[in-house]
Amino acid sequence: MESNPVLTEDATTASACEMPTADAYVVHHITNLRLPKGADPMDPWVLHLDTMIVSWVLGLFMLFFFIMAARRATAGEPGKLQNFVEMLVDFVDNTVKESFHGPRNFVGPLALTIFGVVFLWNLMDLVPVDYVPYAVCKLGFADYFRIVPSADINAPFGLSVTVLGLIIIYGIKGKGLGGFTKEMFTHPFGANPLLWIPNLILNVVELIAKTVSLAMRLFGNLYAAELIFVLIALLPWWIQFIPGGAWAIFHILVVPLQAFLFMTLTIVYLSLAYEKH
Amino acid sequence: MLPSIWTLVGQAGTFLVFIWAVMKFVWPPLTQAMEERRQKIAEGLAHSEEAEQALDRAQAEAEEVLRGARRKAGEIIEQASTRSNQIVEEARQSAVAERDRQVAAAEAEIRLATNQAREALRERLAELAIAGAGRVIDKEIDAKAHRELLDKLAAQL
Repeated sequence: MESNPVLTEDATTASACEMPTADAYVVHHITNLRLPKGADPMDPWVLHLDTMIVSWVLGLFMLFFFIMAARRATAGEPGKLQNFVEMLVDFVDNTVKESFHGPRNFVGPLALTIFGVVFLWNLMDLVPVDYVPYAVCKLGFADYFRIVPSADINAPFGLSVTVLGLIIIYGIKGKGLGGFTKEMFTHPFGANPLLWIPNLILNVVELIAKTVSLAMRLFGNLYAAELIFVLIALLPWWIQFIPGGAWAIFHILVVPLQAFLFMTLTIVYLSLAYEKH
Repeated sequence: MLPSIWTLVGQAGTFLVFIWAVMKFVWPPLTQAMEERRQKIAEGLAHSEEAEQALDRAQAEAEEVLRGARRKAGEIIEQASTRSNQIVEEARQSAVAERDRQVAAAEAEIRLATNQAREALRERLAELAIAGAGRVIDKEIDAKAHRELLDKLAAQL
């Protein structure tokens, strides 16, 4: 953990990067870098530049890593990098195979991308909370900078909305447009015309619930974790390593678990949509 | 915690781009390489099993050949000993025959010599008899005229 700006002896002489109060410190750490600057806090038509930058950097890192391995992939003795990536691919492929019984040439890469992206997003939570915002502020780039995309609700929702689209596409692909529509109207209560509307409402709610729960599960875990790291950073510097270390160790479990859950649930939703009942 | 539509849209787009890239550049080569390796390993295992079977077969064959050779050697030794016995027997027989033959020849020779000696003796005796008789009768007997008589006399001896 970086030394705590709140506890700096002389708050009045502190630069703009050091927050005078604990309140301001926490708020600073949970505020995204919004474009355009000074937009109304509740205006949704803005862009969180920090989330976009971090997720692109992480995504490109992941792609670079994977493509490096794929380029040099041989059927002979694999190198260490190839071995590691193959292990991931094999793990993801097996997880997909277990629940999705259709062609895997899209669902496999989808699952691998979700796992890789969400894992790296979550991993950013282990970077000490002050490093990047403080550096970005000191270098004069921006006042705010959050580096955990999964703790910004828009990123998990971006993923889960894509998954929603894929659920609908796979529903149509697996059952045909007619079959999908029919299921929307006749499932789960029955084909009686009186029940069409309740069925449709229930199915729409179910789809929305899937999307929201998928995003909220990831967001909630990581937002809470980040907040706790920020609160730990408010403690005196000489004690931080005890709760901080404990929370970080616990987080090592949470990081891959949440990535795995997001991936597995996506596969399960797609297979539910794809298969005929 | 604040909503940001553009971030949401941007993240969805980013996500799609990454899925596309993974689907295009990462997934196929890796799964293909893994599948190829799986097949290679399966082939290798099949080959090793085949080789093991071939080894077993070769060992059985070698043992068979060895057993045949051993049997043949035994037969040859058996034959050789029979043959040597036979040769010894033959040699013994021919030696016996040779001895018999030589003995017979010697006997014949002895007989001949005996006969000759007897003949000579008889002749000598005849001469002596004639001479004796001549002396007795004091008269020269014409040896030529009495030859036949003397030969008959000699044969009777």
